[in-house]
Amino acid sequence: MKWVPLGLVRYTFCLGGLSVFFFLLCILTGPFLMMYYIPSVDRAWADVQDLSNVVPFGRFLRNLHRWSGTLMVICVPVHMLRVFLQGAYKPPRQLNWLVGVTLLLLTYLMAFTGYLLPWDNEAYWAATVGMTMGENSPIVGSKGPFSILSQDKDIAYILRGGTMLGQPSLTRFFFAHCVAIPGAMAGLMGLHFFNIHKAGGMSGPL
Amino acid sequence: MGETVAKAEKVVKTTRREALRKGLFWGCWGIFIGFAGMLGISIVRYAYPRIVWEPSSTFKIGKPDDYAVGSVTVMGDRRVFLIRTEGGFYALSAICTHLGCQPIWEQDNQVFMCPCHGGKFYKDGINFAGPPPRPLPRFLMTFAPDGRMMVDKAKEVGLDFILKV
Ligand code: HEM
Ligand code: HEM
Ligand code: FES
Repeated sequence: MKWVPLGLVRYTFCLGGLSVFFFLLCILTGPFLMMYYIPSVDRAWADVQDLSNVVPFGRFLRNLHRWSGTLMVICVPVHMLRVFLQGAYKPPRQLNWLVGVTLLLLTYLMAFTGYLLPWDNEAYWAATVGMTMGENSPIVGSKGPFSILSQDKDIAYILRGGTMLGQPSLTRFFFAHCVAIPGAMAGLMGLHFFNIHKAGGMSGPL
Repeated sequence: MGETVAKAEKVVKTTRREALRKGLFWGCWGIFIGFAGMLGISIVRYAYPRIVWEPSSTFKIGKPDDYAVGSVTVMGDRRVFLIRTEGGFYALSAICTHLGCQPIWEQDNQVFMCPCHGGKFYKDGINFAGPPPRPLPRFLMTFAPDGRMMVDKAKEVGLDFILKV
């Protein structure tokens, strides 16, 4: 079935594949960064400086990680835009839209949690701002509209592992960035591709 | 007649076996879902730390004479500004009311400036520029028996509060 007659649009079919590509680059470079990076508030910043200035090709790997992370954050929403504009979310592909939205949120969470890891001023205050946004979110935050949770029970507390950013927060962000979220994303991507297979391939002309 | 009875018996037998099979089937799923649920709940509970190593919300600072009149003391670890005026002291929260960064005291302009999105506060903590929606909260200050001062971050006071010395 062809939903889009325009032959030109077919390059946009690469966007999902590009997202996978940049994800794989992150997955490939991330564990190598872990070889020198220690998620401790005393060590993290110095380790990242070492990575950039001392370790042979450390800066190259770090930049590769950073750039592929950034490009993934661009590719995923644009891939979503192409799916939306072509109506490729229509039956039998509804489930893939839901899986996709989850992948999108997890991609943003990867960028957010990774950003804290260098533990410099930019990282620290960016995460502070993010956590305050959590505190002010409806229902799950202690200060937001319809809040039901107290300050030592809300979403920001559980993410930081306390009421302020510190070692527990760095440990948690590290775990989320390097284990929990990538694992969930790999599983969901498997489902995403299986769904495409089950729908009989992609929606339009390739 | 006899035939019907036999048939009925047969039906009863299959139903019992079927029921047993269904019971086992759902029982197994029940155990699985129950276990998965318990695991899920325990992981969420596990993520709430029972003990946190954080500074206490009440803390002791110096004696009034330790601070020059007109000075602003930044207590970064506590995230509190201590301001000494002619008449006394007040303590402001060093957490920007916009999104939580730490404002910087600008001695030359006599204002607090937040580096994150440019929010500005006067020396008394009142917001006058940028995105912050509220003034910096003031905390309760008292004297300890030994003449040193105490700040209690758990207790907010009005904008006119001053610890007179
Ligand atoms: C990490 C993020 C994602 C990855 C790696 C990914 C990967 C892919 C790949 C490789 C395809 C094959 C077609 C193509 O390349 O365009 C695809 C298709 C699809 N994606 Fe994604 N995707 C992601 C996020 C999303 C998001 C955010 C949405 C929408 C909310 C989405 C919805 C879909 C749908 C509906 C299809 C089927 C399209 C068709 O059959 O034409 N995906 N995805
Ligand atoms: C969706 C995939 C990923 C994205 C978007 C992403 C994003 C980021 C970002 C933005 C940073 C900060 C980089 C910097 O300040 O230079 C970072 C750092 C880091 N990431 Fe990732 N990352 C991803 C996957 C992974 C994976 C799978 C691992 C490991 C298993 C990993 C390990 C690390 C480590 C150790 C750092 C700290 C070193 C550094 O800051 O350069 N990342 N990541
Ligand atoms: S956090 Fe201070 S202006 Fe936004």
